[in-house]
Amino acid sequence: MTRHLISSADLSRTEVEDILETAASMHDLQRREVKKVPTLRGRTVINFFFEDSTRTRSSFEIAGKWMSADTINLSAKGSSTSKGESLRDTAMTVDAMAVDALVIRHNASGACHQVAQWVRCSVINAGDGTHEHPTQALLDAYTLRTRLGDLDGKHVVIVGDLTHSRVFRSNVITLRTLGARVTVVAPPTLMPSGIGAWSAADGFATSWDLDPVLDGEGEHGPVDAVMMLRVQRERMSGGYFPTAREYTVAYGLTRDRLERLVARNDDVLVLHPGPMNRGLEIAPEAADSPQSVVLDQVSAGVAVRMAVLYHLLAGEDTPAPMPASATEGAVR
Amino acid sequence: MPCPDLSAPDQSSTDRSSIPEDARDVMSEGDISRALRRIGHEILERNKGSEGLVLLGIPSRGVPLARRLAACIEEVEGTAVPVGELDITLHRDDLRRNPVRTAHRSRIPAGGIDDRVVVLVDDVLYSGRTIRAALDALSELGRPRAVRLAVLVDRGHRELPIRADHVGKNLPTSSAERVHVRVAEVDGLDVVRISGGDAR
Repeated sequence: MTRHLISSADLSRTEVEDILETAASMHDLQRREVKKVPTLRGRTVINFFFEDSTRTRSSFEIAGKWMSADTINLSAKGSSTSKGESLRDTAMTVDAMAVDALVIRHNASGACHQVAQWVRCSVINAGDGTHEHPTQALLDAYTLRTRLGDLDGKHVVIVGDLTHSRVFRSNVITLRTLGARVTVVAPPTLMPSGIGAWSAADGFATSWDLDPVLDGEGEHGPVDAVMMLRVQRERMSGGYFPTAREYTVAYGLTRDRLERLVARNDDVLVLHPGPMNRGLEIAPEAADSPQSVVLDQVSAGVAVRMAVLYHLLAGEDTPAPMPASATEGAVR
Repeated sequence: MPCPDLSAPDQSSTDRSSIPEDARDVMSEGDISRALRRIGHEILERNKGSEGLVLLGIPSRGVPLARRLAACIEEVEGTAVPVGELDITLHRDDLRRNPVRTAHRSRIPAGGIDDRVVVLVDDVLYSGRTIRAALDALSELGRPRAVRLAVLVDRGHRELPIRADHVGKNLPTSSAERVHVRVAEVDGLDVVRISGGDAR
């Protein structure tokens, strides 16, 4: 396995399956009285969050602690970043303390990729701008596999603001890696430019209309799971859709849509990466339905992140050469 | 409890390398079966019956051996003994020396291990490090009344103060030699072979 986890595309099918298998054993640990294994004793993991986060940051911290790694949380606020230190200097400073992994969330797409060029430690992408969020995709795949078994040929529909969604990008890659069929649905204004070429290359379908997809009309076929993406409040004023009400009517998982889905397939799953806007992209009836696995996703988050830390950090030490610029003076 | 489908046989931690041509048989199918039968009786004798026994196999080949021991014991005593598997990957002390291994799920019988007599079952006892890891893994799952160790082959060369309570066959080896255990449930045949070292 690679030293870093920057993109879901870094992982082969075997690697994804190994991580999910390990995650299952980590999930058992979560139900035990003593929730700790000595596996990463002596390793240090820094969670550097330049953007706000509840579940990702806390689950990475818990994951590290349960594996006996030392975890330290840093946020942009309260660190030297607020004094104007560049990302490069901050990353190199932290790296010079001989940490083993840097978990980074940043509002700029590609920030993790960039940091990985500067440091010796492992870099784990915990969400970079509108680019990727690979551990979210892994925990979604884990949740789906728990309920559906092998995902080969299963049909997953992803609905929402695709342009600004890192969750969608990573999910499409991981789901395709596992052989699932994927259809992505968004209004034309929120469909990323150039998605035609990507969908043709990676073999997933796109649609501007939700209902024909959910009804399994024509080529779409029956639906096994629906993943609703959060409509980010800050996009509402961006002119991407006229009103919140109109978005709900055309693209929300309303009670009516859920009933039609369940009528076709009682075992259909509803996913949402959270935080949810109840009544906007997902109706409370859908969020709290027996089909909803939203809390399973959260519960899987810790186990999957433990598995990722394990696969990146537990093996042989293969120290990358110290970048020349970082050898001296970086801490001063 | 929902879990991903793990019913497929566990092959990932299995030594799939073929046995070299020069390997010689040290235990046949019959030898293995007789040894397990004897160990089954020894466990019962030591425990004065099957009361409170839990057998835990260490993957991969300890698991089928534990099941066979349980079957032997049930045949003699007429009561079923709980059998589980104990994955020790997360407790290994050589993680940093090897490529990452996938961790698998441990399956502990519903009654747990608290105040039970746990018999760990493995195929080969060598350095003792696997058993050290298993003891650590056990201590996180509960507090057994006693822990015993049953192995099919003890080949010596211990690196830790660990010994087996029940041994199928003591096999003096040189550390240059390799012991290959094959069991029908995993490999399709029952045999113990030894290869390498000085050709004798």
